[in-house]
Amino acid sequence: MYKSLRQGDSGMVPVVVGLLLLVTYFQIRNAAFLSSGNLVNLFVQATIFILLGMAEIWVLLLGEIDLSIGITSVLGGAVAVILVDPQFHWSWFLALPAGILVVTLIGALYGMIVVRLNVPSFIVTLAGFLAFQGVLIYIVDSQGTGGTIPVHEKVLYNLVYGNLTPLWTWILAIEGVAIMCYRIIKRDINRRASGLVTEPLTYVVVKVVLLVAVGLILAKIFDANRGTFIVLRGMPFAIPIDIGVLVAGTFILTRTKAGRYINAIGGNSEAVRRAGVRVNRYRLLAFVLTGVTGGIGGLLYVSQLNGVNDGPPSTLTLYAIAAAVIGGTSLFGGRGKMIHAVVGGLIIATIYNGMALLSMSASTQYVVTGIVLLAAVTVDSVARRNSATK
Amino acid sequence: MDTTPESPNLSASPKGPSEQSGSGVASSSVPLLSLRGVSKNFGPVQAIQGVNLDVPDGQVTALIGDNGAGKSVLIKTISGIWPPSEGKIFWKGEEVHNHSPRGAAALGIATVYQDLALCDNLDIVQNMYLGREETKFGALDEIKMELATNQLLKDLSVSTVKSVRQLVASLSGGQRQAIAVARAVMRDSRLVILDEPTAALGVSQTRQVLELIRTLSSRGIAVLVISHNLNDVFSVADRIAVMHLGSLVSNGPISDYDTNSAVELITTGHSSRVPTTLAPSS
Repeated sequence: MYKSLRQGDSGMVPVVVGLLLLVTYFQIRNAAFLSSGNLVNLFVQATIFILLGMAEIWVLLLGEIDLSIGITSVLGGAVAVILVDPQFHWSWFLALPAGILVVTLIGALYGMIVVRLNVPSFIVTLAGFLAFQGVLIYIVDSQGTGGTIPVHEKVLYNLVYGNLTPLWTWILAIEGVAIMCYRIIKRDINRRASGLVTEPLTYVVVKVVLLVAVGLILAKIFDANRGTFIVLRGMPFAIPIDIGVLVAGTFILTRTKAGRYINAIGGNSEAVRRAGVRVNRYRLLAFVLTGVTGGIGGLLYVSQLNGVNDGPPSTLTLYAIAAAVIGGTSLFGGRGKMIHAVVGGLIIATIYNGMALLSMSASTQYVVTGIVLLAAVTVDSVARRNSATK
Repeated sequence: MDTTPESPNLSASPKGPSEQSGSGVASSSVPLLSLRGVSKNFGPVQAIQGVNLDVPDGQVTALIGDNGAGKSVLIKTISGIWPPSEGKIFWKGEEVHNHSPRGAAALGIATVYQDLALCDNLDIVQNMYLGREETKFGALDEIKMELATNQLLKDLSVSTVKSVRQLVASLSGGQRQAIAVARAVMRDSRLVILDEPTAALGVSQTRQVLELIRTLSSRGIAVLVISHNLNDVFSVADRIAVMHLGSLVSNGPISDYDTNSAVELITTGHSSRVPTTLAPSS
């Protein structure tokens, strides 16, 4: 595994091992860590990091970066909050897409500038970070609510605080696991039928068993009553939203031409151009997809805060990048999967949740997250260097 | 030598298409590719001038010359990277104007440059099908692409690759070259242009690439190969074309040359020992 790790093709094993070590450490230090109430809380905390991490992966795959996703996503969320506010009284099914559309258009604008004018993305998005921070402060303050706009709309509020019923939680878990198992088995059968090389049968069985086990454990965690004064059961809506984005993003990346080209451009854009692919079209698409995904993340963010204020979250972008990179996405382009943001986001949320449980200071949380990020980027750099010198 | 552009059927070249010889698949009387009086200048710099060259079907033509002789400019002109400043290009006897790589590819001309244009982060199948992926109901049809890749590599006797799902980054230089050539063949190419395919390769890898070139030729595909290595040239080529200071100074069957005459042509632009030596164009 060490050799694979050095060559950068060990997959997510080291990251998952790191996550398990963190979980073990926090559980030893505080027995409440693995309680269902805390775990659900941790998952919800992670959903924002995961979504913004997935947003960042689209551009990271190209070898580009978006330094403003934390601000622009919240700007989209703010637009949704303002539109559903009694002052405008938009219906949620118009206001929420409008919020996503704002972030998507910003992504498209970035993409146009990067692609057409050939300006480095870190400069374009850094400028966007400053400019849209100003726009966010302006639109929040201009509502005359003292710099904070609460969420008055039930659907937006419930994105994070609403739960599926226990029955639907189980149905979703069983259905999800069944679909994934079906896909694994079908792929194996198809490859065998075509006479192609397949994974060992034992490996397939282990994967299926693990999937079933994880699905059942998660359903059990969500099904448990985590309320103190009232009964609180079921999967928070934020989780299936994250899963939906994960599935859609993974499908685009692995099963469509667009995803293939976005991956390839990060590896060798000149080769892709010579293959007759309109490279700029797919570079632009990646920025748009960052906007769409970030827009959904922004809605969850304002739902989690139960509003939006004029003190923009300056660290949110950094956590988005950290989630992607810690999970295994390369900062240099050409390597990344949507699942990386899930693992990376869970690691960041675990550090925050666990340290809060241990009553550690915010300063320690920042230091530890920074060290984990540095370790992840160092592994990436070393893997690239070894790969290049092979 | 008359450098006036004419149709290849009018036998403008000193050695007409019907006189061509060499091993490999028998060629038709009309060359697959013909250049007539092709020149290319970049501002005041004349990179190539008055080149008349015939590339027959199913044969390996080696393009040799010193650094700066104009070999790369010539293949880039054929490949549609740069349009010629003067002269005509004929494809199967018909005049063509391929002013883009896409146009050249549509004709059936595939060029494998020295950098190979492979994506290290993709596997062999993904590289082979880059830009022309097979789909089924809108989704990539991985099984179909993998089966076809396996079959093509088998047909080309590329047996050193363990799995077509290996990342290209993990391949050796010879394997990478083989994949780049196989990709060119897969695109229904009739002419494969190889720019220094054995440069920076070890002995065994060079042998693999040369075997691959012979395989292409035996499948009826014309190959135009640039090389500085005369051992490689004499072991694989059916014909030789020598460039010197931007002009094609000699062009003929391999049997007309030996190493000494080839070196003489490369360095001085003429050789009294080669019957097919052309006078440099003015």
